Amino acid sequence: MNFADVVFFLFAAILLLAGLRVITARNPVHAALWLVLAFFTAAGLWMLLEAEFLAITLVLVYVGAVMVLFIFVVMMLDINLEELRQGFWDFLPLAALVAGLMIVEMVMVLGKETFGLVAPLAKPENYSNTKELGRLLYTDYVYPFELASVILLVAIVAAIALTLRRRPGLKAVDPAWQVKQSREGRVRLVNLKPQKPEYKSEEEDE
Amino acid sequence: MELLQTFEQMLGPAWVPVWTLVKILAIVLPLMGCVAYLTLAERKIIGWMQVRMGPNRVGYGWLQPIADAVKLMFKEIIIPSGANKALFFLGPVLSIMPALAAWAVIPFTDTLVLANVDAGLLYVMAITSLGVYGVVVAGWASNSKYAFLGALRSSAQIVSYEIAMGFALVGVLMSAQSLNLVEIVEAQKGGFWQWYWLPLFPMFLVYLISGVAETNRAPFDVAEGESEIVAGFHIEYSGMAFAVFFLAEYANMILIAALTSIMFLGGWLSPFPGIPDGFIWLAAKMSFVLFLFLWFRATFPRYRYDQIMRLGWKVFIPVTLVWLVLEGAFMQTPLGYLFH
Repeated sequence: MNFADVVFFLFAAILLLAGLRVITARNPVHAALWLVLAFFTAAGLWMLLEAEFLAITLVLVYVGAVMVLFIFVVMMLDINLEELRQGFWDFLPLAALVAGLMIVEMVMVLGKETFGLVAPLAKPENYSNTKELGRLLYTDYVYPFELASVILLVAIVAAIALTLRRRPGLKAVDPAWQVKQSREGRVRLVNLKPQKPEYKSEEEDE
Repeated sequence: MELLQTFEQMLGPAWVPVWTLVKILAIVLPLMGCVAYLTLAERKIIGWMQVRMGPNRVGYGWLQPIADAVKLMFKEIIIPSGANKALFFLGPVLSIMPALAAWAVIPFTDTLVLANVDAGLLYVMAITSLGVYGVVVAGWASNSKYAFLGALRSSAQIVSYEIAMGFALVGVLMSAQSLNLVEIVEAQKGGFWQWYWLPLFPMFLVYLISGVAETNRAPFDVAEGESEIVAGFHIEYSGMAFAVFFLAEYANMILIAALTSIMFLGGWLSPFPGIPDGFIWLAAKMSFVLFLFLWFRATFPRYRYDQIMRLGWKVFIPVTLVWLVLEGAFMQTPLGYLFH
């Protein structure tokens, strides 16, 4: 067993533990943080496969952005775990069946015969995973790639359109309008002739 | 060198981790020193800008950071009664970890770099995006309304400005055609006018300002707005636990200064042809960017929260996107050399 294997088993153990804690943690915020750890160790495993672009992007996108928003939401929700746990025993048989099916499927797909679980060969010194990925994405897979990005764009537009409400009578300020204001629109200088105070004029009359 | 080789033979297989640890310490310890004296510089410079003296008692001011550190070390760490204890202590750790880990790929000169990795730029972006967890976890675990508000504000702000920062860096990597930080600097060879601040000027500005926002510095410091939420996410922290947040903030400032210098100001390259390159130039550029940070703080009033969001989403992201398209289009024309 060389050093890479030790690292692999260490990371795999942490990943399994973190994954287990995601579904067993009592506190939803803890669960989300365990999920962060799971993503992070998964990125470590990908790094072992010399897929540095995917590994770093996993951290950048999932840990750095998606999970932050997840935690953001989970922190603000007041989740009553007792309520969530109520139906546990009723759903257990069905859930166990689904889980069993998934295990069988994964064994069939990832089994030694079909997937060939051999450690990938080390890449040559000047191999750049990032460059290779970029080349593949923009040549062989350019149409699926562009299609996926358009679907994502549609999803973004739809999400914004669904949540955008224009309430009338809102007092929110419009910075563009504020910036455009000039002194002329606000300040008016008026020339007034100096006037004598009235009480003085009364004295003079006498 | 001979001394090193004898050590190498003595330690055998343990040599690599030991030597790496020594190198890590050689980066982290001076960094901590810089953080300490950056706080002094901040207080002095802002003091002078406001016609005050700044700290001038402990060793004529020079020992003030040491005195502060000693004070913080001997203070009690108070744990709020309703706090989530494990996460309460994890917060500062999560905050300082990325601030230090990102330095692994920062090149100080063309040979002086701890890990000259191919995807250095991606690594920096990924690691710095983890900094937000410290803030979020600390704010939530403190079980305090002020801390929680600070954490919410800060996380929204950091996530928003990260996008603009990322786009600005995409511009740099398009120009340099590499993700390797050493190669990015090498691509800017040829003096002051060849550095990327000129062809990528809008991105330079966006990156610099987003950097201020990323580090929660004034005028983007709503996360710890003293007048509204007292101290934001670290309100419940005292003693060393607070000091760790403080260290992380300043280490992040220095990191952003280093990154700005490397991406847009030519790193260790000298501005005039004929004058030798060297670490001194990087240090000078970083000091300049740090001075800007302090200058901003002394000059601008704090942004309002909605203004921060508007600036990030409606100004910076469109600006960087437009410039990316322009840059990409220009690169296909004979004028493409302008962007390289």
